[in-house]
Amino acid sequence: MSSGTLYDKVWDLHRVAELPGGSTQLFVGLHLIHEVTSPQAFSALKDKGLTVRCPERTVATVDHIVPTTSQQRPFADPLAEEMLSTLERNCQEHGIPLNNIGSGRQGIVHVIAPELGLTQPGMTVACGDSHTSTHGAFGAIAFGIGTSQVRDVLASQSLAMNKLKVRRIQVNGLLPEGVSAKDLILHVIRHLGVKGGVGYAYEFAGSAIEALSMEERMTLCNMAIEGGARCGYVNPDQVTFDYLKGRPHAPEGDAWTRAVAWWSSLATDANATVDDEVVFDAAAIPPTVTWGITPGQGLGIDETVPSLDQLDPGERPIAEEAYRYMDLQPGTAIAGVPVDVCFIGSCTNGRLSDLRAAADVARGRQVAEGIKAFVVPGSEQVAKAAEAEGLDAVFRAAGFEWREPGCSMCLAMNPDRLEGRQISASSSNRNFKGRQGSASGRTLLMSPAMVAAAAVNGRVTDVRTLISPSAS
Amino acid sequence: MAHFPTGPIQQVSGTAIAVPGEDIDTDRIIPARFLKCVSFEALGDQVFADDRLELSGEHPFDQARYQGASILVVNGNFGCGSSREHAPQALMRWGIRAVVGVSFAEIFYGNCLALGIPCATAAPEQIKAIQAQVDGDPARSWSFDLASLQLTAADSSWPVSVDPGPLDMLRSGRWDATSQLLDHGPQVAELMQKLPYINQFAAE
Repeated sequence: MSSGTLYDKVWDLHRVAELPGGSTQLFVGLHLIHEVTSPQAFSALKDKGLTVRCPERTVATVDHIVPTTSQQRPFADPLAEEMLSTLERNCQEHGIPLNNIGSGRQGIVHVIAPELGLTQPGMTVACGDSHTSTHGAFGAIAFGIGTSQVRDVLASQSLAMNKLKVRRIQVNGLLPEGVSAKDLILHVIRHLGVKGGVGYAYEFAGSAIEALSMEERMTLCNMAIEGGARCGYVNPDQVTFDYLKGRPHAPEGDAWTRAVAWWSSLATDANATVDDEVVFDAAAIPPTVTWGITPGQGLGIDETVPSLDQLDPGERPIAEEAYRYMDLQPGTAIAGVPVDVCFIGSCTNGRLSDLRAAADVARGRQVAEGIKAFVVPGSEQVAKAAEAEGLDAVFRAAGFEWREPGCSMCLAMNPDRLEGRQISASSSNRNFKGRQGSASGRTLLMSPAMVAAAAVNGRVTDVRTLISPSAS
Repeated sequence: MAHFPTGPIQQVSGTAIAVPGEDIDTDRIIPARFLKCVSFEALGDQVFADDRLELSGEHPFDQARYQGASILVVNGNFGCGSSREHAPQALMRWGIRAVVGVSFAEIFYGNCLALGIPCATAAPEQIKAIQAQVDGDPARSWSFDLASLQLTAADSSWPVSVDPGPLDMLRSGRWDATSQLLDHGPQVAELMQKLPYINQFAAE
């Protein structure tokens, strides 16, 4: 059993009571809500005659269903309009702050909470969205919940939870040039599997992790859930504090000093015990792309689609399904696979540094003929900052569409979606069958720079050949 | 309209349906376009919509012989991916009252528990054998008993596991956690006093 880890400390600090049957009532420090998983929770609250216990610890935004071409109200899609107006009504009725379209603070829930300084080290963060693990980048314990649990958090600011084990993912060395946090996490999931993390919180540690920026740490923790780990985290350090300082909800003055001392005290102790540890060498990680229908089906850019005999017996059935669905045969090199649509955005890779990395590739080049390529900033703030440094112009000049913020084609609840058997290069997090809005649509997950490279070449491309031609 | 689970769950009985496959994610159980709703009510018809489309009538959920089934038998890591409660809601509204499989993704498992739907596990070979029996005789009646932790049909009985915490919640009827959580309102208030971030790290 783990002890002395950040996970143990934060868990203990938030334990309200032990419940009959052995689960723990855990206090939720920050509850994030959005239009998709909250309406039924508010209805249930009403049915039970309950109200919201801590509206001041609840923050709302709208992200999943918003169109990215025009965000004029009412939305063209009446169902989307109904979802947003329901959220507006619920927030107003219960005194919950809503970061609505045009507020300057709207965006993907996992992008805006960090940028507003709402997410802080040592908090428990819950949201009706599995990518809540993102907030673990700050040394918070953050996890996705279902709608019944959203109801419970609204009513009681707490949840019935069972404690997870802790697995340390130790990444030594430094990531090579052209290899990003996205490649790192795709590599980890490829090796530990999509169910390897079930029952665990992932603690990401080691020199490669310490060297990551906050935005890169968010990309990493965002996809812990794709490895089966409901939460992932990085211990808070100076990088964390530097990011938080001066953000709207960050403490100030003497309170800041006290906050940093408290946050620092929560980091995993040097003599902590973890339940499991896996070590990776950062220098050996290549740009990584998925070829199949789970995020664990990844390949280094120089590799070929594996044959059945190269896989563990347990992985073969899903690989066979992936060969059929993706129409990619064993032995096919992943580099060179033609794509139809290129999507840059999502809670995984829709932040300013992601857009900069993609723009560096797009600058002075052109999207290949016949390719639809578009960029969806993660939030209004990201869009504004990107426009201020001219990234929108870089993308437009290269033939990308520059859109309004939202979740967009990550899950295609808005009009952005694949058609038929189109294949996308996508900076999002899931390549499940049908994920991007077409029942037969196909997704190749990769970093935003790799998506930009795929866009300009029309096929999967090693971005290192475009950014540093002299290096190889 | 079918009755949804209420109170203590001691037993789930009825016919069974097998959906084979590893890592069946919640996007497959209920595709995102059906999440455009402010109520769960219509989801029962949309369960596995795209998989059913792909198999044009051959999906178990489309086959007449499995209609009315209440026990779903699956393989490993069932319900991975998105946290959408719409997935167990869709299964429940189709008629499923218990799921038996090799393993489950955690959020899906918790969402099922919050609806009073037990998720029981068994070894991979045993699940394959159960799936074969279900497919061989779809009309066979099964009973999943939460006291004995046995999945039983006329001529066979299989041991299954449910974690002690969830098992206790299901059998005692405390799986609907809201009231229990509300009982500890004063303790929540007390804990909030102690957490420095609640008061923006104000001096003590």
